[in-house]
Amino acid sequence: MFLIPRFWRKIRYRYNLIGSYCENCKNYFYPPRNLCPICRRKGKIREVPLSGTGRVLSFTVVYEGENEKKPYVIALIELDEGVKIVSQLACKPEEVEIGMRVKSVFRKYGEDGEEGIVYYGTKFIPVNP
Amino acid sequence: MRRVAVVGVGCTRFGELWDKSFRDLFIEAGIEALEDADLEGKEIEALYVGNMSAGRFIGQEHIAALIADYSGLAEFNIPATRVEAADASGGLALRHAYIAVASGLHNVVIAGGVEKVSDVGDAMGILSCAADQEWENFIGANLPALFALIARLHMKEFGTTEEDLALVAVKNHKNAVNNPKAQYRREISLEDVLNSPYIAEPLKLLDSSPICDGASAVILASEEVAKKITDTPVYIDACCQASDYIALHSRRDVLTMTSVVKASREAYKISGYSPKDIQIAEVHDVFTIAEIIAYEDLGFAKKGEGAKLIREGETEIGGKIPVNTSGGLKACGHAVGATGIRQVVEVVTQLRGEAGKRQVDAEVGLTLNIGGTGATAIVTIFSR
Repeated sequence: MFLIPRFWRKIRYRYNLIGSYCENCKNYFYPPRNLCPICRRKGKIREVPLSGTGRVLSFTVVYEGENEKKPYVIALIELDEGVKIVSQLACKPEEVEIGMRVKSVFRKYGEDGEEGIVYYGTKFIPVNP
Repeated sequence: MRRVAVVGVGCTRFGELWDKSFRDLFIEAGIEALEDADLEGKEIEALYVGNMSAGRFIGQEHIAALIADYSGLAEFNIPATRVEAADASGGLALRHAYIAVASGLHNVVIAGGVEKVSDVGDAMGILSCAADQEWENFIGANLPALFALIARLHMKEFGTTEEDLALVAVKNHKNAVNNPKAQYRREISLEDVLNSPYIAEPLKLLDSSPICDGASAVILASEEVAKKITDTPVYIDACCQASDYIALHSRRDVLTMTSVVKASREAYKISGYSPKDIQIAEVHDVFTIAEIIAYEDLGFAKKGEGAKLIREGETEIGGKIPVNTSGGLKACGHAVGATGIRQVVEVVTQLRGEAGKRQVDAEVGLTLNIGGTGATAIVTIFSR
């Protein structure tokens, strides 16, 4: 799936839902960036924890793919800060609908065999109204 | 900038070509283009080739030099350059060749595209590297999943239906019947598409283009030289490129490919043509939804009304603006890096009036080649 150093380097951002905020243009970004794409050199970018709550803009149930439990649900989510994120939903396909509220959770994404590393990351689950 | 013309075109059959190697493919396409232009080979001053991932598909890099070598062009030590923009690599090769001639640096150049995918198992996984590997593919959002997110939202916002998407596949298969180079030369019915299994809802197997082997090549010349080479030059009136955020979630509007809007508007401005002047187009239907969105972003339809064109048959052969007369990526096959040049081969063949049973009456044509979910777009306008 991923070489270990590559996964390890971003582990902080996979285990936590962290984005970027530019103090110059007041925009949030996800995934985190070193450079503000709007202000570039004039930007003042810093890391911010994201709320992890938002709503589903679109979703798909994926039947084809590698190293995944199939089928699985992928959603385009708009977080309350206004940034969008594409993530897996840890729920059944029939539970999902556009507009539904979701929140982030810490979940397993996969593993490299029985003795390899386990890949964890952020997924989302429905918020019960 | 000088006027540039296409003076020769060549293309292999697209498909699972088990008996043909990477080298066999590009030589076949290149020789066909040379024969078409009636050139010997030594006239070629530079070579540009589009290829997405020879390193992963066949374990070979440095392929521009390899191609120059096996094409007999290493003998003349001409500059040979590979360019990469995922499945827009072919279009990018065309653009670089165009710039080289338009600028006056070279008089005659060859632009090609080639991909040999069938030697490895996971072609879709490699094509999906066109998306953001860290933040899209990692979580399982491969290319079909990303286009599915776009499709579902388009359906929700604009009332596009799964049937509308299926009509694109039906049309393109119908067109491919008369294209001897196409991978799937057979018609499919609306029911065939609707009954095919989902790969990423709402997209089905028959909404997806098949990733296949193939190579294509075109020879470009300055207007002055072109007139000496051929009686049927097809001119490139504009060849424009734009980029966008690579990941879908970073785009303000996921239902608009801003790169396509920017590249096409610039191409219309430079060429002096408007969307209604375009009489034939080859667009990047990597999934059926991509063709419908292309209608909108190229200005053939208003945003949200793309499905109307396919429903009313306006993009069929005989319609107002025939799209993908070759069969498109869906039925001609998607040989990744070769696709962008293969589209040019089709439009040039049509504008010359040499397209046989799929011939349309056209003097002005357009190609749209995109990379991934639209982080690269190349729009080229041609006229005879």
